[in-house]
Amino acid sequence: MNREDFPMLQKDIVYFDNGATTLKPRSVVDKMVHYLEDYTSNIHRGDYDAALRTNEEYDGVRKIVGDFVNCDLEEVIFTSGCTMSLNMVVFGFMKNYLHKGDEVILSKAEHASNILPWIKLSEEIGIVLKFAKLGNDYELSLDSIKEAITPKTKVISIAHVSNVIGDVRDISPIGKLCKENNILFNVDGAQSVPHMKVDFKESNIDFLSFSSHKMCGPTGVGVLVMKKEHMNRCNPLCYGGGMNQFFEADGSYELKSGPSKFEAGTPPIAEVIGLGEAIKYLEKIGMDNIHKHEVELKKLLVEELEKIPNIILYNKKADSGILAFNIDGVFAQDTSIYLNSYNIYVRAGNHCAKMLKDDMKIKNTVRVSMYLYNNKEDVLKLVDVLKRSEDIFKVII
Amino acid sequence: MDIDSNLRREIILDNYQNPYKKEKTNDSSYVKVNSNNESCIDNLDFFVKVEDGKLVDICFDGEACAISTSASSILIRSLIGKSIEEVKNILENYKRMINEEEYDKELLGELNVYFGIQPNRKNCALLPSKAINEILRRVSDGEDNQNR
Ligand SMILES: Cc1ncc(COP(=O)(O)O)c(C=O)c1O
Repeated sequence: MNREDFPMLQKDIVYFDNGATTLKPRSVVDKMVHYLEDYTSNIHRGDYDAALRTNEEYDGVRKIVGDFVNCDLEEVIFTSGCTMSLNMVVFGFMKNYLHKGDEVILSKAEHASNILPWIKLSEEIGIVLKFAKLGNDYELSLDSIKEAITPKTKVISIAHVSNVIGDVRDISPIGKLCKENNILFNVDGAQSVPHMKVDFKESNIDFLSFSSHKMCGPTGVGVLVMKKEHMNRCNPLCYGGGMNQFFEADGSYELKSGPSKFEAGTPPIAEVIGLGEAIKYLEKIGMDNIHKHEVELKKLLVEELEKIPNIILYNKKADSGILAFNIDGVFAQDTSIYLNSYNIYVRAGNHCAKMLKDDMKIKNTVRVSMYLYNNKEDVLKLVDVLKRSEDIFKVII
Repeated sequence: MDIDSNLRREIILDNYQNPYKKEKTNDSSYVKVNSNNESCIDNLDFFVKVEDGKLVDICFDGEACAISTSASSILIRSLIGKSIEEVKNILENYKRMINEEEYDKELLGELNVYFGIQPNRKNCALLPSKAINEILRRVSDGEDNQNR
């Protein structure tokens, strides 16, 4: 779909590394250049035309995000990315909220950004991390989350879509479960918000994090959606301009309420404006169409790769555009270097989910991750190159 | 030694598939470092035993790509039994070759198979030499501490 919108696809490449970051459509780049060239100015308190325009554009993006994930615009906090959003949840809110012995449910398939902050917090205040069991295909089910819940469970913190296995977790029933048991629900939306409809309110999410660069937007900006009722209790991690009401020599001060409290300093203005344009772009195509398209491509890829005897697939079932595989007996990185020589871009590694090796018994895989602009030809080219991979060492050495 | 590309590939592949001294040791007389390549996912442990200023034994273990693994194998074969000074000299020339600088070709023997390696594989080829350099640094730090 829409390949002509992406300047990078004018080159003869197959881009299958969308889990890491996505390509940018021309409209997003243009929108940012427009701000940089025609009305550069800071937000907050400007009285001249360009500054008013910048404020309008910047604040407008909160509404765009709010409509996109169904939350109030006062719940939208701009951050530097998903990792920062998750750290703000853990060290800004949870550190205040949790006590020694409280339990937090995670899974071993989580990204480092949704595990390491928790490990650090447990070191600091003695919370207990519990890893819900993964199923046969390393998927995380509602049942295994139910099993992990105890009277001490205070938080469930999981990705909506895992970045290695690509399984789509059942977040609405999990959110309901959280509500019934007085558990807070922290969702890492890095791999879901760009690819499918996510509904903050309907899924009863307390905190939702995602990055702009994985959804056709620029790097350097992300979002933390935080339920309004949590904002007072949450401390900012950063103090400075734009986030205070007043401060005095006697040490008294008052912080702003709402999202501004968490956005100290000059934010990445061009990037936020670019993110707004990216969301408009995605909505024009339709999130359901994007998801359907990716799942269809993955199905085709699985069908074709299953015909090749020496290909091992790890997550056939997962209902997203992510496929993890290896060529039997070949180190994942050698495979990705081999594919690079045919201009096919994939990623080899543990994909920052280092704990998954405990369950999968292998550390590294090759990951194909799709997006709206991938097509059947991309898939068939990958299949063709993998079919011929018996000469892999001739190609890469 | 000018090596034709088939022979070159054969040597690399042979050292990848049947690496020399790819084994772990728990012997505490060995100095161990883990070499984790930032630009890739290679993850190897190196073990070196130094006695009387000589590297009397070296081995390595872990998971890595064809270039890192084969380079470890070939490098270890060419270093075992040499003095610290000789080893430093070989590692320096090896690094120079990989970085396309002037180097002593005679000194490197079979390591010459990595001459002209693709830019995106340089880090893989340098992984074992960085690790062994790190071990030598630790060995000499250790001696400094003892002398103090
Ligand atoms: C599931 C998941 N969570 C969090 C992140 C972190 O995102 P970022 O690096 O943009 O902060 C990623 C990125 O790879 C991810 O896939």
